[in-house]
Amino acid sequence: MKHAIGQHIRFLKAKLIRREVLPEFALGKATKRLSSIFVVLTVLFGASISGCADIKPWVKPYERDNLADPIMSLSRHGYSDAYMHHVYQAREGARGAEGGTGGGCGCN
Amino acid sequence: MEQKAEQEVAVVVTKTSVKRLALCLATLTCMTFCAAKLFAATLPPDAVDIMHHNYDGGGMEISGPSVLVRKSIGPQVSVTGHYYVDSISAASVDVVATASEYEEERTELSGGVDFLHEKTILSGGYTNSSENDYEANTAYFSVAQDFFGDLTTLSLAYARGWDSVGQRGQAESEWEDKDLQNYKLGLTQVITKNALFSMDIDIISDEGKLENPYRVNRYVDPNDSTAFLYQPELYPDTRTSTAVGFRGMYFLPYRASLKLEYRYFSDSWDIRSNTYDVAYSHAFKERWIFETRLRYYQQDQARFYSDLFPFANSQTHLARDKELSAYSGFTYGLGVSYEVKQGVIPFVNRLQLSFLADFLNYDYDNFRDVTAGGNYLPGEEPLYELDAWVTRTSLIVEF
Repeated sequence: MKHAIGQHIRFLKAKLIRREVLPEFALGKATKRLSSIFVVLTVLFGASISGCADIKPWVKPYERDNLADPIMSLSRHGYSDAYMHHVYQAREGARGAEGGTGGGCGCN
Repeated sequence: MEQKAEQEVAVVVTKTSVKRLALCLATLTCMTFCAAKLFAATLPPDAVDIMHHNYDGGGMEISGPSVLVRKSIGPQVSVTGHYYVDSISAASVDVVATASEYEEERTELSGGVDFLHEKTILSGGYTNSSENDYEANTAYFSVAQDFFGDLTTLSLAYARGWDSVGQRGQAESEWEDKDLQNYKLGLTQVITKNALFSMDIDIISDEGKLENPYRVNRYVDPNDSTAFLYQPELYPDTRTSTAVGFRGMYFLPYRASLKLEYRYFSDSWDIRSNTYDVAYSHAFKERWIFETRLRYYQQDQARFYSDLFPFANSQTHLARDKELSAYSGFTYGLGVSYEVKQGVIPFVNRLQLSFLADFLNYDYDNFRDVTAGGNYLPGEEPLYELDAWVTRTSLIVEF
């Protein structure tokens, strides 16, 4: 997979230099960016079709103390936070996407 | 003469806030229940969440209790029940301009259930809100799934509302329908061991009686250009809105957190708005957390809004609802919480007592205060400004 991506990038690079779309030095940066995007997309896609089995959490469970602290909760005050959204909805034209829930350690 | 007649038609109350309240709170409540499990596929703990709320500003006073109880039934199911009351005493600028002060009460009841299966939580529930001239019913369903070692949570939710809008003294059979559909997508992501990111997209669609039957707009008196007359509001029958919210949270090197938030909103009535929010929470010793917050909101007016129309029925849709005008406002918030952790009180895993106070200040760009003293020509009255205090006292006990 990685080999195929590399080949594709080399092909693109040659094509762009031939057409003088970008100077060679710029293509170095562009290919790096492209390859990063490809790798990320490939990893995400691969992970999603394989049920995330191969993804290793980059924040380990034992590193989640700070995230688990109530001070990091997006909704530390429970219904009290929802009430505040309701106050705004009654007085403003905008509505929705208030968020304010979730947060925490991300560990089961 | 006509003005007087219109005032009588406007009955004794003008209740935009209350109407919206019913609808919004119903939706919000269910969405809160849905989204409360956004992060990590674990059921929320058994808890009792008691709150007293108070709003005081712009001639409106709204207060009341809220009690939410959550209880698990086995390892996979959790049920919730919620009771909420708004006791309203209203003498807002709209009420004073065209009607008389009023008092009333709104009661809301909700029930919900969450089902946990591996890394997925399925939730559903129902909310009913009841007033003497408004009935709101909302059902919701949501699914939340964890990915990537529980660092990512994706949630999808759908809510449907069926409201009936009436007027005081009107037979219920004559009330008009107002339906709502809400699609919600949420993503929460752990970025590093100190940082979180979340994004929400909300698409909400309304159909039916969207204007407030008590609310009126004004136009220049054709017989006297130094006076104005009132006529009923007339909104489009549909409204569709999209809101996208981004928020990030960071744990600082000492025990404190910084939260940044941005939301963009647009709708089919041409209202566009931007909301910015920054909050800072700081722990003091083991049990205290102090917090402060600054929020800025700005919106453009709806395309059919005008503070003063040139003549009666001058356009297809007519609105002078100040929530549809162009305005901006700040919220300044302060709060303190006291937390007791596991092992101090028997059977209690966590207890949190909080007091939060927010000061809201809105400056309207094209909504004028017709109640202002002085001899002003129509359209030359001072612009309206709203100041309000919102206080919340809450106790959360987890078992």
